[in-house]
Amino acid sequence: MRFLFKTDYEDDIKLFPHSGYLVSYGILLALLLIAPYVLSSYLMSQLVFVCIYATVGVALLILTGFTGQASLGHAAFLAIGAYTAAYLQKYNVPFPVYFLAAGLLTGCIGAMVGFPALRLQGIYLVIATISFALIVEEVLARWESVTNGNEGMRVKTLSLLGVAVPRDSPTFYFLCLAVLVLTIVGTLNLLRSPTGRAFVAIRDSETAARSMGVNVALYKVKSFAISAAITGFAGVLFAHKLSFISPEMFTLQLSIEFIIVILIGGSFSLHGAVLGAIFIVMIDPFLTYLKDDMPGIIAGIAAAFGAGAQEAADVQSRVAAFASLNGLKGAIYGIIIVLFVLFEPLGLYGRWLKIKLFFQLFPLYKRATFKRQKIYVKSERNR
Amino acid sequence: MLDFVQQLVSGVALGCVYGLIALGFVLVYKATEVVNFAQGDLMMLGGFFAFTFIGMMGLNYWIGFAGAVAAMALFGMLAERVVVRPILGYPQFSIIMATIGLGYFLRSIAGMIWGTDDLKIETPFSQGVLRIGSLVLAYDKLSVIAATMILCTLLWLFFNKTTLGTAMRASSENMLAAYYMGIPVKRVVSIVWAISAAVATCAGVLLAPITFIHSNVGLVLGLKAFPAAVLGGFGSIPGAVVGGVLIGVIESMAGFYLAEGWKDAAPYIVLLAVLLLKPEGLFGLHVRKKV
Repeated sequence: MRFLFKTDYEDDIKLFPHSGYLVSYGILLALLLIAPYVLSSYLMSQLVFVCIYATVGVALLILTGFTGQASLGHAAFLAIGAYTAAYLQKYNVPFPVYFLAAGLLTGCIGAMVGFPALRLQGIYLVIATISFALIVEEVLARWESVTNGNEGMRVKTLSLLGVAVPRDSPTFYFLCLAVLVLTIVGTLNLLRSPTGRAFVAIRDSETAARSMGVNVALYKVKSFAISAAITGFAGVLFAHKLSFISPEMFTLQLSIEFIIVILIGGSFSLHGAVLGAIFIVMIDPFLTYLKDDMPGIIAGIAAAFGAGAQEAADVQSRVAAFASLNGLKGAIYGIIIVLFVLFEPLGLYGRWLKIKLFFQLFPLYKRATFKRQKIYVKSERNR
Repeated sequence: MLDFVQQLVSGVALGCVYGLIALGFVLVYKATEVVNFAQGDLMMLGGFFAFTFIGMMGLNYWIGFAGAVAAMALFGMLAERVVVRPILGYPQFSIIMATIGLGYFLRSIAGMIWGTDDLKIETPFSQGVLRIGSLVLAYDKLSVIAATMILCTLLWLFFNKTTLGTAMRASSENMLAAYYMGIPVKRVVSIVWAISAAVATCAGVLLAPITFIHSNVGLVLGLKAFPAAVLGGFGSIPGAVVGGVLIGVIESMAGFYLAEGWKDAAPYIVLLAVLLLKPEGLFGLHVRKKV
């Protein structure tokens, strides 16, 4: 076990606390860079979605995880980014310009949402962000001169410095990866700056933050703007990846998916956004696998346990019927959310930390280290 | 003028449905400070239960109605026991996520069991209209309005006049203190969930002739019930119904007098305006923040 001996403040805020971090992240980055030449095109496509979802997850973490302002409206920011890109593309604006413009516009709209949100807390903020998202959805469907209404908009192939970058090319993947890595590094830097510490102070206690001289209103609006802007950038990539966007892609369902990303990954660390994104994006391939291969495998197991050929075939068809039920995905989503909230509130990254600590402290690990505190006294109405 | 009255009445009827769902939100919020995002889905499930009893098993309407309410009350207790009780006392957001997960689960399970078609329940009110002059009022809409008024009054009396109601209000203000005073907080919470599921079922069954039952009806109407609850002040029983009626009327007026598209957005615009100007709602208590 390694003991970090911090002698001054610079040690405490280092990006890489010790050389082990450099090695492991270096290996991870190398693996990600050779991925396009190893993995199948389907997996690459999923990996691009992981990058985009993780970028949104990081954005949501800044707002929800670190500033404590829950938002169920991030699909709207994603939509604004995506539509800005599609609209500007029609006028032959080059990619770098509309990429930045999309981020800027979403950032401004995020700040505009942030101002009213200053007066709101907890459940009211959740409801307000939901209504914002629903209004944006309605506007996208009705403002036909710009958004083409429910027919949706086609997004042309991305062209970067005169070179076409098709949506399933390795270059596009590298672009998404670069955006993700830059977002993560930028966010890490933000979080170790005074701004980031102000965010965390607001999350932990608004009253205490205010009495320490933090301008709560300013930092909340900043948090909203930054989070929205990053989501807008992700929206541009999202639009290019899908190559077609329409209002019904940016529903409440998508906002909930983003929240699930940080819920499952762990809402206290940026690792959580990436882990959660992998989890959410991989549910689909997993369900396809369940549909295609599971019946055969289960029938094989049944046969191994002494079932006759007829019985095995029977089992196979029954499992296949179950796996192809319509609402299976929704049910699995629901169960996963509930199980994570009940049993793994710190998410996948929390689980990893627990396992790590278990081996570091072996045999002295105790469960109570990570126990959440229950508070029965405080009524949120009187807080 | 006639158009206006006609729109007003159908708005009020629609609003009463929102109000009934909002009542469920308010009950759970009042007693436990939890906002149940699965309320609309409980309503949907109640409608399906009633359909099973009345449409498939051929029971009498009133018996089927009562059976559905009883079954859903039990289901509400079960949901509370499994999903909510283990996380009571944790940050509100955990509980919101858990109820969102519950809603997902219920929607897709209902879709698997009852299919994705629109189902209809034959009710004593499905046929027939009441004519006052040249004004035409359908019985099914009037039944919703009447039932909402009755339920609202009963619940208000229950919360303000009975011991159990007082115990519920006490446990919402401070669970620990309520527990020290001898209030069985766990049982209270469980009963509240049963009541709110029962109210949701009433909404679902009354709604069945108007919008039909399908697995997504809860999501759509549940989202519309939020503006109602907020407008009325999250935590006031009459407020929920008044808020629901206002939202219903605004929606139906916007649909009639404004351009297409305003109808769906209007409730949320009103909601944002209320949150900005008067976050405590029409009937809410204004509480000062304490450190």
